[in-house]
Amino acid sequence: MAEQKKEVLVSVKDLQQFFNLGKKDEVRAIQDITFDIYRGETLGLVGESGSGKTTTGRAIIRLYKPTSGEIMFNGKDIAKLKNGSKEMQEFRRETQMIFQDPYASLNPRMKVKDIIAEGIDIHHLAKNDKDRDEQVANLLELVGLNPDHATRYPHEFSGGQRQRIGIARALAVQPQFIIADEPISALDVSIQAQVVNLLKEIQEKRNLTYLFIAHDLSMVKYISDRIAVMHNGRLVELSTASEVYNHPLHPYTKSLLSAIPIPDPEVERKRRPQPYDSSMEEDGQKRTMVEITPEHFVYAAAGEVEGYKAAAAAYNA
Amino acid sequence: MADYKINADSFKLAHIEKEAQEHISTPSLTFTQDAFRRLKKNKVAMVSLWILCIMIFLSVISIWFSPHNPNTQHLNWNNLPPKLGNLNIPGFNGHGLVRGEYIDAYKASKVPDGTWFALGTDSLGRDLLSRILAGTRVSLFVAFMATLFDLTIGIIYGIVSGWNGGMIDNILQRIIEIISSVPNLVVVILMLLVFKPGLLSIIVAIAFTGWVTMARLIRAQTLQLRDQEFILAAKTLGESPIKIAWKHLIPNLSSTIIIQTMFTIPTAIFFEAFLSYIGIGIPAPKASLGTLLSDGQKNFRFLPYQMVYPAIVISVLMLAFNLLADGLRDAFDPRSAR
Amino acid sequence: MSKILEVNNLEIDFHTYAGEVHAIRNVSFDLEKGETLAIVGESGSGKSVTLRTIMGLLAKNGEVVNGEVLFNGEDILKKSNKELNDMRGNDISMIFQDPMTSLDPTMPIGKQVAEVLRIHNSVSKKSAMEEAARVLELVGIKDARNRLKDYPHQFSGGQRQRIVIAIAIINNPQILIADEPTTALDVTIQAQIIDLLKELQTKIDTSIIFITHDLGVVAGIADRVAVMYAGKIVEFGTVDEIFYNAQHPYTWGLLESMPTLETNTKRLHAIPGTPPSLLDPPVGDAFAPRNAYAMQIDTEQEPPFFQVSPTHKAATWLLHPDAPKVELPPEIARRREIWKKMNPETKKPQTTEKGAD
Repeated sequence: MAEQKKEVLVSVKDLQQFFNLGKKDEVRAIQDITFDIYRGETLGLVGESGSGKTTTGRAIIRLYKPTSGEIMFNGKDIAKLKNGSKEMQEFRRETQMIFQDPYASLNPRMKVKDIIAEGIDIHHLAKNDKDRDEQVANLLELVGLNPDHATRYPHEFSGGQRQRIGIARALAVQPQFIIADEPISALDVSIQAQVVNLLKEIQEKRNLTYLFIAHDLSMVKYISDRIAVMHNGRLVELSTASEVYNHPLHPYTKSLLSAIPIPDPEVERKRRPQPYDSSMEEDGQKRTMVEITPEHFVYAAAGEVEGYKAAAAAYNA
Repeated sequence: MADYKINADSFKLAHIEKEAQEHISTPSLTFTQDAFRRLKKNKVAMVSLWILCIMIFLSVISIWFSPHNPNTQHLNWNNLPPKLGNLNIPGFNGHGLVRGEYIDAYKASKVPDGTWFALGTDSLGRDLLSRILAGTRVSLFVAFMATLFDLTIGIIYGIVSGWNGGMIDNILQRIIEIISSVPNLVVVILMLLVFKPGLLSIIVAIAFTGWVTMARLIRAQTLQLRDQEFILAAKTLGESPIKIAWKHLIPNLSSTIIIQTMFTIPTAIFFEAFLSYIGIGIPAPKASLGTLLSDGQKNFRFLPYQMVYPAIVISVLMLAFNLLADGLRDAFDPRSAR
Repeated sequence: MSKILEVNNLEIDFHTYAGEVHAIRNVSFDLEKGETLAIVGESGSGKSVTLRTIMGLLAKNGEVVNGEVLFNGEDILKKSNKELNDMRGNDISMIFQDPMTSLDPTMPIGKQVAEVLRIHNSVSKKSAMEEAARVLELVGIKDARNRLKDYPHQFSGGQRQRIVIAIAIINNPQILIADEPTTALDVTIQAQIIDLLKELQTKIDTSIIFITHDLGVVAGIADRVAVMYAGKIVEFGTVDEIFYNAQHPYTWGLLESMPTLETNTKRLHAIPGTPPSLLDPPVGDAFAPRNAYAMQIDTEQEPPFFQVSPTHKAATWLLHPDAPKVELPPEIARRREIWKKMNPETKKPQTTEKGAD
């Protein structure tokens, strides 16, 4: 898809999200986040716990009110929209989220069909009850579940099945953009692949755009077109998936990659994790995202750019 | 190898129905059904439930079928001991101490044959059983109504406070602290001074101080639920806060609500009894368990039955409510069970 | 090498309202001194129940229907509560998944570590504290002597897991049971903890049973691997045998469904469906409904173990001499190539049936 003209769907600029602003316990969860997501692509957002990746996702989908910065979606800035306003409701229909915990993301007191149809009801997408039931049945089938199970309650399903119900709920409002917040990290290995395949399949069928948040780098590499790496509330590296994996520039990305365990004993015996010293970020220098090679951004101070450029050149040598 | 029967077809590729892969074999139980199943296993709670049902049924049915009119006075027939028809059961044969002698009090008071009072009469000659039934009804009515107010105020207040958080929560919680820092009794006495004593003012008085616990519990739960992913999901779908409260919060708060209600009702019964006992509750001639205890207590040394029977009723009532509440808590929240 | 732990024909049922759940269905394995055994399986496969049984921590509604757990020749299942208490934390200790909840937030860490020592040994408070400091240093808490009075919340997640490990090893246990000790941690911390466990193993000469669902971690730490599915062990062998010469279709499925950094196929290979309910396990091989290689016999009779090598066995009818040769999935075929290079002289796998009792 690289050669088609790329249309920007989501554009995040200088996004900041602070909590308890102005109080003693102010938390600067994310700072200076800037990136674009192109229509039809999957952007992987990787980072460890506390890196701010979930906060970024939630700020973009406006579960939080961003402290500053802009979030352009389809050319409209949604960072300042009011909850409940007409434009906001429209955005709510076009953007959806898939959650991490398949046990906490479904209301235990609702039937599966009512969970899935929640968005249909809110946005009045069904003509009548029969139409609603049909839509639910189609969605269940789309995610590989038996439509006869529509009247059951969530606790009767396994983790993987619940996650598919969550996906069906997100798809019910026919969104264009889906933020998947660690959708597989709570699932068993054999089920993870099912869910990832399902997400890919749906993406092709419905031309969806994904922001895929995860800490499992091997899965992210597999599903993403481009990858953004976060650390301590900031983006540190952003490029195409293969660039980030094969030619990592930022030391944090290198450390992260070296720590991934590989299901291959021979490789594991040779693997040496590289430690990362985060003190290099706190030397007081001003850093911004710099395009080192085309489409490959690294969070760097002016004095570091040459070093990164040399490292990038060394990869290609 | 003898254990295994291998035939020609054994190693042919099997045809597996796709259905089998997504098979769900657990029986379909809703949360409530599951909780009720656990409740049924709890014998103490089930016995309590039946006792309560019977007591409520009897007290309600006594509106139409009462052995005697609870308020009719028979001044000549006062202080009669219990008598059950013509059965000669000790304690229920109409014999009692009259002026130091153990005689048939009914004959002494010239009560016609065929008239009898199962639990005796009080100092004004009113039938005690009828009064206990009427009193239980009044007590339960007061308790239920007060609890209903409690619920409405407590749930709304708690949800508003917990859901909004921040400044609103802060203010609402300070108000709660002020209310709960004033002793109940003072509030109630002041209120009863302003309003005329009667059913309504007693209900209002009990409800006014009672909703605080409910509001606090609901707030704490709401704080927890509000960050649950299914609530976040509803938000991202564009659901309005009121609908989220109705569709997602209340169903998930229901167990807390039910359990807390079952603990509030006996407290209200007790508080009403207490107020009536000290004489600022239900005005005469209406009976409540509190006024009956208060009346009975005056003659306790000579006519113990006048106090013992109301006391038994109120004790059983309180105990049954508390045991049932305990059972419900274990049933709805299996983690809290020992 | 000597066997320190032997689990023989273990069968455990749970009584629930819906009926009997056959959580463990005839599990046998052994642990040798100084080795790391990894137990792999998805949630509900019975790996945690097995370990709890070894620790004598079976839930109230669980019942051991059959089998024995021999620790140094003595059956743990027959021990009294007091004997079990003496054993836990002393001979066998456990590391739990979540370092946030396995430490007491109201107690300084020095005391928490020292207390375990004092429960099982008569030592003075002072020398116990000193020992605690030494072990904390050993697990990589820097400047431990001065941090004994700190509370758990003053440490990061990775450091807390190190403290949990210190508590587990202070009595030099013969067996260390680690129940997904790295699942709650970030990858970089996970790598450190695994290195720490490997290092400690050589230092204090303990055997480790490591439960996980992450095959990457298994490849890095295990000597031998047991793959569990639906309450049974389906394949058991050395780490190389499991990763390069897997025989059971479920093991294949697990290996295939993990994308490596090189994976570039359009679709990941996924095992279809969901694990069966153990309330009413399917007739025959429990994995058959999800198995693309399932044969008629899989739906009728449970497969016995077939011995692939002296150290390797798998419960699948595919190993039966009469079974047809199947075409291996590409990923497994690739791994078989590595296996051939590692063991050039290996003949065709000689499969012999081993009775499943």
